[in-house]
Amino acid sequence: MNESDTLGASLVRSGVSRRSFLKFCTAMASLMALPPGAAYAMADALSRAQRQSVIWLSFQECTGCVESLTRSFDPTLEQMIFEMISLDYQETLQAASGEAAELARVEAMKSSYGKYLLIVDGSIPTKDGGVYSTVAGVSNYDRLIEMAKGAAAIVAVGTCSSYGGIPHANPNPTGAVSVSDIIKDKPVMNVPGCPPIPSVIAGTLAYFVTYGKLPELDHIGRPKVFYADTIHDRCYRRPFYDQGKFAKTFDDEGARNGWCLYELGCKGPTTYNACATIKWNGGVSYPIESGHGCLGCSEPNFWDNGSFYRPLSTPLASNTHIIAAGTLGGIAAGVVAAGLSRKHQTHIGEEK
Amino acid sequence: MNSLTHINIKVINPLPCQSAGLSGNTDAILHEILALLEAFVATGQTGAIDLHSLPLTVADYEVLRTTLGDGEVHAHINVIGKTEVRETLYPGVWWLTYYNMEEDIVADLLEVTTIPEILKSPAEDVREGLACLRDLTGAVTMM
Repeated sequence: MNESDTLGASLVRSGVSRRSFLKFCTAMASLMALPPGAAYAMADALSRAQRQSVIWLSFQECTGCVESLTRSFDPTLEQMIFEMISLDYQETLQAASGEAAELARVEAMKSSYGKYLLIVDGSIPTKDGGVYSTVAGVSNYDRLIEMAKGAAAIVAVGTCSSYGGIPHANPNPTGAVSVSDIIKDKPVMNVPGCPPIPSVIAGTLAYFVTYGKLPELDHIGRPKVFYADTIHDRCYRRPFYDQGKFAKTFDDEGARNGWCLYELGCKGPTTYNACATIKWNGGVSYPIESGHGCLGCSEPNFWDNGSFYRPLSTPLASNTHIIAAGTLGGIAAGVVAAGLSRKHQTHIGEEK
Repeated sequence: MNSLTHINIKVINPLPCQSAGLSGNTDAILHEILALLEAFVATGQTGAIDLHSLPLTVADYEVLRTTLGDGEVHAHINVIGKTEVRETLYPGVWWLTYYNMEEDIVADLLEVTTIPEILKSPAEDVREGLACLRDLTGAVTMM
């Protein structure tokens, strides 16, 4: 490989300094709770790597996932991910249109066959031959089958492509399904959320570009580095839950005091995501911090789980001691190894 | 109402507190630094602790800051937001805080090393700088 083809050389040509690059890797390594030394190894590996070819297909979706990644504050560390990938096809972002756009997709598929990363947002309608969503006259189903063949791995971005999402909700008029319902012979990673957190999308992509493989996944295909804990586990209102202090309405004293929103239907206890730690809008807050319960948007079938305002029926008392033990156990096992909440850090950062 | 601080939500730290808001984790971190520094002196093996991933209270941070103190070096790096690099009172123990453009902390590390990597001039940059300087001096000679 020619040295001028490396990601490092390409970054320098784009005006990204090597220190910026190292900083990006440090932030990403910290975000993913990788060992601190991993940032240097990551920077080294990335600078020698070639830009990763990425083909992004949008199916039955609202473009919120693309908005999440691209409409974050500018310039941000998250957006540096665009310097590291060669985004060869993305209908919303590419300049080309019509046949030129489709040609770009075919060319990218040919030149990086077996190596490109396929990103999918949106569910895939299967009813009536998949006619409910087509691009360039081809159904989403057929396009996915075609493009998955040459992919090294597939990343389903957003709840729709991960689990069917809102299009899949009852009565599911288009027969919408997820990527993993169709593709069984390729590694598929789900990055759910409606939309997912920008740093989570960027972090998982950076991981793949660095290591050439997907990070460790949980039982429903989510990267454990971001989806290991529930919102409830890491919620700053958790102590009120433990004390039995609940807001009963959105305007009572409990609500004004910031008490737990469990009785107002918060789905935090059953939702695995990083909102409570990474937060939204550049770390400003997350829905519960704004006074509304979690909707559980990153969970399968979240739209069909009854009213957003009906309390969960699952008793949760048994969780409490497990979380407490987990927190303390992480420290006992060695501080470096503890992959715990960043939420506290944000408050500390604000108060320093 | 123009900021989150005007919303009447009380934030209390969910960590099990011992006394004066301390979680007890500061001791563990100080012992970890001690072990890393011993290893560095004995074998040259560098090490780091990612504070961002640890549950620390405001009081914990204060204790860490006070205990480690400020040493002789305090550097600012300006790339995609600022980065502060401070040597502590204990030479070889560095505190690095990385901010984004909005000045949120994106990484906070304690490093045990002679000099943190991000402070060094990257070798490729030095070579490129040399080439630029040669061009410049060549151009000056021509004039």
